[in-house]
Amino acid sequence: MNRLLTWLFGRLPIGWLQLSHSRTRLIAAVAGVAFANLLVFMQLGIMGALNNSTVAPYALIDGDIILSSSEGNTLTDSGNIARAYMFQALGVAGVASGIPLYIGNLPLTLADGSSISLLSFGVDISQTQFVAPVIAPALAGLALENTVLLDKDTRSMPAEALASLATGSSFTFEANGKTLTAVGSMAVGGGFLADGMMVTSDQTFLRFFGSRRSGAPDHILLRVVDGVSSATVVDRLRAELPAGIVKVQTMPEARAADLAFMATERPTGIIFGFGVFMGILVGLVIVYQVLSTDVADHLREYATFKAMGYDQPFFLGIVFEEALILAVFGFIPGLIVSMGLYAGLNVVTGLPVVMDSARAALVFVGTLAACSASGAIATRRLAAADPADLF
Amino acid sequence: MGGAAPIVAQGLNHYFGLGEARKQAIWDLNLTIKRGTLTILMGPSGSGKTTVLTLMGCLRDVQEGRVDLLGHPLRGATEAELVQLRRRLGFIFQAHNLHESLTAAQNVLMGLQVHGAGDAVKQRHAAAHMLGLLGLADRMDYLPANLSGGQKQRVAVARALVSNPEVIFADEPTAALDKESGRVVVDMLKTLGQTRGTTTVMVTHDNRIMDLADRIITLEEGRVVKDTNP
Ligand SMILES: Nc1ncnc2c1ncn2[C@@H]1O[C@H](COP(=O)(O)OP(=O)(O)OP(=O)(O)O)[C@@H](O)[C@H]1O
Ligand SMILES: [Mg+2]
Repeated sequence: MNRLLTWLFGRLPIGWLQLSHSRTRLIAAVAGVAFANLLVFMQLGIMGALNNSTVAPYALIDGDIILSSSEGNTLTDSGNIARAYMFQALGVAGVASGIPLYIGNLPLTLADGSSISLLSFGVDISQTQFVAPVIAPALAGLALENTVLLDKDTRSMPAEALASLATGSSFTFEANGKTLTAVGSMAVGGGFLADGMMVTSDQTFLRFFGSRRSGAPDHILLRVVDGVSSATVVDRLRAELPAGIVKVQTMPEARAADLAFMATERPTGIIFGFGVFMGILVGLVIVYQVLSTDVADHLREYATFKAMGYDQPFFLGIVFEEALILAVFGFIPGLIVSMGLYAGLNVVTGLPVVMDSARAALVFVGTLAACSASGAIATRRLAAADPADLF
Repeated sequence: MGGAAPIVAQGLNHYFGLGEARKQAIWDLNLTIKRGTLTILMGPSGSGKTTVLTLMGCLRDVQEGRVDLLGHPLRGATEAELVQLRRRLGFIFQAHNLHESLTAAQNVLMGLQVHGAGDAVKQRHAAAHMLGLLGLADRMDYLPANLSGGQKQRVAVARALVSNPEVIFADEPTAALDKESGRVVVDMLKTLGQTRGTTTVMVTHDNRIMDLADRIITLEEGRVVKDTNP
């Protein structure tokens, strides 16, 4: 360690020597940073799972442009939009095709008496360009009445039944007193929105959601003519359709807007954001406390170094060296414990709480930044090191 | 450098405190200290010895009058100029002021690394050699906590001398040393003056070493009352 740091800094690693000299202080500081990391990781993990489940339905549908009611919030939390706008849109130059998309939550009671809900998508099965390529071939099988594609990660569904779908056999289940037949499967996962998802034909959908009307879907999906940019068509549609009633977005825009909505408008997003903020604050305070005490404890030595001709950058270097060491030493255990907790959470709740390297890297960079910031504040105490007081 | 005086003070006054409490500690001090000499400052407690030392050693701002150190006027010098000047000086404090987390050798290395990273092996040798001269060859890797008071003070002396400073300022450096090692340290300073032209200004009450001084200046209430060349 000494050798490595000496080589790294081109001088004695005073910061490291100082920190490792007072073991208890080092351990407390590292534990503090690790704890702050853990807090941040847990908040981000749950927020990530929330985001994942917010945008998971986008993996099922496809399209270039989505028309929605301007009163709607997200894909699955939307108002209705008149199908008439689809016909109007089809008349706009650059629009190739369109379908109404119906979305609803179907409650169902399982054999064991427990009830779950399935997020259901009703689509025009003759237009496969509006569903994900992986499920497009299976749409043909939905032509029969009351058939569905079922999410094979649906919670509480009998596992053998779900597994049998993959081998081509089907099974039936009851919902709302009517019988549905699962003829194929897909993998999405329930997350926060529902216990699972299913795709049906619009006909089947309307039969099961008796109060829904074919003239009032949740969204309208559009495809543009090959070679025309979606942005251009969006502009034309916005000019054509009444702004206060119809929201026109490209698919990626809609996806991003859903994430932004969940992060800033929904209490959950705000709570998790606040949790991250608290974690960072805890880390900042602990590191600041440790570093500024350390500076205060070594004022006499620093004053001596000043008298010997060491300049301000040298002292800043010591404090930043300490900040860096705390960041690295705290991050590693924080990451390991978080991964353990993620795995536990996943098992218990089935939520997609997973560590990805981008998040780990982000938190690491954040830890470095927060530790450096604390270090920078702690260096203000250096001014008190006056070599004239040494004699 | 030649024979130019490393330290020149002219009309130096110094005050502590503000307003009612303002008190003059140094009164119209005029001094020229020659290169390669060992000068001893003495006088009763509170006479201004330490104040003079810190003013000449650019550890305290010059308020009134003039101090030239190694040819540079200290009054109005920038912090960067002062830093550069300090690197050409050696300080030996009454308290050893060693860094508790660094071994004896590492503390001495700090005296060298202020000039840059340099050749690590050479630096280690220089530090070891200096500690050896001061009888600490077998204490190189000890932390200060495991050294006696006298040993710590000798490490501090090694730290000050290892970088071949042009001027050494020492405030009662022998107070913590027994007669024998006190003598070793002062002999060393004396020899450095003769062989390398190192100039030493030392505050001391220690009668045992007066005979080694080239010049003895006595202060009283901030004024020079006696200036002899024994
Ligand atoms: N930082 C300070 N603030 C206020 N007054 C000071 C300060 N330092 C020194 N003085 C005063 O200046 C005068 C000279 O002090 P100085 O420390 O130079 O004396 P000294 O000769 O070194 O004494 P001693 O032998 O006790 O070390 C004293 O009256 C002292 O009280
Ligand atoms: Mg004094």
